[in-house]
Amino acid sequence: MAATDIARQVGEGCRTVPLAGHVGFDSLPDQLVNKSVSQGFCFNILCVGETGLGKSTLMDTLFNTKFEGEPATHTQPGVQLRSNTYDLQESNVGLKLTIVSTVGFGDQINKEDSYKPIVEFIDAQFEAYLQEELKIRRVLHTYHDSRIHACLYFIAPTGHSLKSLDLVTMKKLDSKVNIIPIIAKSDAISKSELTKFKIKITSELVSNGVQIYQFPTDDESVAEINGTMNAHLPFAVIGSTEELKIGNKMMKARQYPWGTVQVENEAHCDFVKLREMLIRVNMDDLREQTHSRHYELYRRCKLEEMGFKDTDPDSKPFSLQETYEAKRNEFLGELQKKEEEMRQMFVQRVKEKEAELKEAEKELHEKFDRLKKLHQDEKKKLEDKKKSLDDEVNAFKQRKTAAELLQSQGSQAGGSQTLKRDKEKKN
Amino acid sequence: MDPLRQSPSPGSSRPSSPRTPPCEMFDYVGIEAVLDQLKIKAMKMGFEFNIMVVGQSGLGKSTMVNTLFKSKVWKSNIPNLGTPTPQTLKLHSVTHIIEEKGVKLKLTVTDTPGFGDQINNDKCWDPILGYINEQYERYLQEEILITRQRHIPDTRVHCCVYFVPPTGHCLRPLDIEFLQRLCRAVNVVPVIARADSLTIEERETFRQRIQHNLRSHCIEVYPQKSLDEDTNDRILNSKIRDRIPFAVVGADREHLVNGKCVLGRKTKWGIIEVENMAHCEFPLLRDLLIRSHLQDLKDITHNVHYENYRVCRLNESHLLPQGPGWVNLAPTPAGRLATPQSSKVCQQAQDDAKDEAY
Repeated sequence: MAATDIARQVGEGCRTVPLAGHVGFDSLPDQLVNKSVSQGFCFNILCVGETGLGKSTLMDTLFNTKFEGEPATHTQPGVQLRSNTYDLQESNVGLKLTIVSTVGFGDQINKEDSYKPIVEFIDAQFEAYLQEELKIRRVLHTYHDSRIHACLYFIAPTGHSLKSLDLVTMKKLDSKVNIIPIIAKSDAISKSELTKFKIKITSELVSNGVQIYQFPTDDESVAEINGTMNAHLPFAVIGSTEELKIGNKMMKARQYPWGTVQVENEAHCDFVKLREMLIRVNMDDLREQTHSRHYELYRRCKLEEMGFKDTDPDSKPFSLQETYEAKRNEFLGELQKKEEEMRQMFVQRVKEKEAELKEAEKELHEKFDRLKKLHQDEKKKLEDKKKSLDDEVNAFKQRKTAAELLQSQGSQAGGSQTLKRDKEKKN
Repeated sequence: MDPLRQSPSPGSSRPSSPRTPPCEMFDYVGIEAVLDQLKIKAMKMGFEFNIMVVGQSGLGKSTMVNTLFKSKVWKSNIPNLGTPTPQTLKLHSVTHIIEEKGVKLKLTVTDTPGFGDQINNDKCWDPILGYINEQYERYLQEEILITRQRHIPDTRVHCCVYFVPPTGHCLRPLDIEFLQRLCRAVNVVPVIARADSLTIEERETFRQRIQHNLRSHCIEVYPQKSLDEDTNDRILNSKIRDRIPFAVVGADREHLVNGKCVLGRKTKWGIIEVENMAHCEFPLLRDLLIRSHLQDLKDITHNVHYENYRVCRLNESHLLPQGPGWVNLAPTPAGRLATPQSSKVCQQAQDDAKDEAY
């Protein structure tokens, strides 16, 4: 069995040593598998396609179960993604299946931004994983991986060619996720039209440079089957959860007045091929590609964006830690600068307030002074008046005593004349 | 097809989150084919296993490794009288690829000649710890690159087999010091070497004393009690923990016993069969290391020990010397890499020890 990794290392100088007996490490793959089984698997599928193309029905048919959810309306204002997680169990294998569906794709009048929510969603999942991976204390082996492993792109069965919305969306998604294009509701196309349609689609994808997921052909055990399947892309599928009695078996089918379309009949549609490829043969490869190609690409772009480098201009390799350090110091420096600024602003404000208060105080003082002066003036005036009054009183008293003196003298000399004269004077 | 059950598998370590409703499938889907896919991928990539043997010279480390992997991993090295005993501890690694039934295993064995052989053995564990940390560092450097390889070569030590000399009394201070430091950094499996010098009763008393020593010094050897995931694991591992340390005998010569060719040591008073459970516990060691717990050893190294190292390294990077790219790590003093779990374990161990005393 060709083992490229091990062979390379043999070239580097390890020798192969023959075993003298049964050691027992041939149980290693079983140990590995048991471990994986106990941890469980997780698989995330994204279904992109216009409303009404049968995405939910196909999921139900693929996994032989009824997932919950109501059909979407055509009146969504924008494209949204609806994600649901289910726990499936088959014999001893547990699968955590997440199905993400686009709601409202292709329903708007202006579809220029339709692809954006999808790309953002995929990036968000990568980002969450990257954050977990970069944490200092992390728990990667129990982390629920939400990255999209496979994207089923539903193509409307027009029979002519891809719509421009499809081309644009697929071009945006092909570097982020494994795209598997499928022709939905293919019971609307006849066989001859279907072959032409498929050829048209593949040529359009190639001429526009869209990289769809190719099933891997490097491992001998699956190379053959994957190779033939690659030629059948895009798969023309029909989904149905109704069971009808055909012959003497119950089968999933769709009944028309002119006949019955059987879902699991390879002559009728490619559903069986899709199920084989998606689940039974390549589930692990899809996950591997997501992790080693799409996620690594995202990680590389993101880290370069954040300013990390592997080597500096002098071609001496940096370590991520040094860059972390530099970034951290930069950040701290910025924080300090901000703190300084804030402190200065605070000081300034305080000064201003102080100045205001001083102003007010000054005014008050002035007012007080003025009032005081006023009072003093008043007081002085009153004192003057009082003085003049006192003077008058004194003058009056003096006159009074003088008058009494005169009176007493007059009574001694002239008697009543002076009194009369005084009376007249007085009157 | 098998009828489908809704109950989770018994060994499941991840509880399903409350918002994921279990779905019943009406017919066979084929999810379990993913197991075959995993197997094919694993067989194609091959496996790696790195084991380190530590012990004083003459305890039969090289022979043990040869017996374990049934091949001449080490060419027999009978020490010449001419070569001087090494003054410092130099680690010596060899890598081989062994294949069995299509499964390729890249085995790296690291030997530590000169361990504990000097008169003053102070800090003789430093080179070993340094080597182990260097492997972690190498992996970490690969992991934090911007453009990293698809498959990072794993040179981290998955298991360290520590050879205890068969004194019959208890662990020596050197053993205790070494085990204390190492069990926090790597999976340690202690074994009683050259157990053919002890009778069965002596073996049992020695084993009990060693277990008591380990508990009272809070040394958690593999399989670690605190890392048991569920009851099945605990039951299985308790059985193993009862028998640790295994009393082993190594031999790479075959002798004829009752018409069968067996590996054994021939003495005047009989032939000690290595693979006979009545004679020694080598089969238990081999089963633990290779047949049942090899993947578990690797997983614990990756998920626990490597993560601990990474946490310490990323938290304390400002204390380490800056340099171009690959930062040279001085052997980390043991206190640094202590995990927060160890204090809990210590408490438990002390309580256990107290209980036993009564």
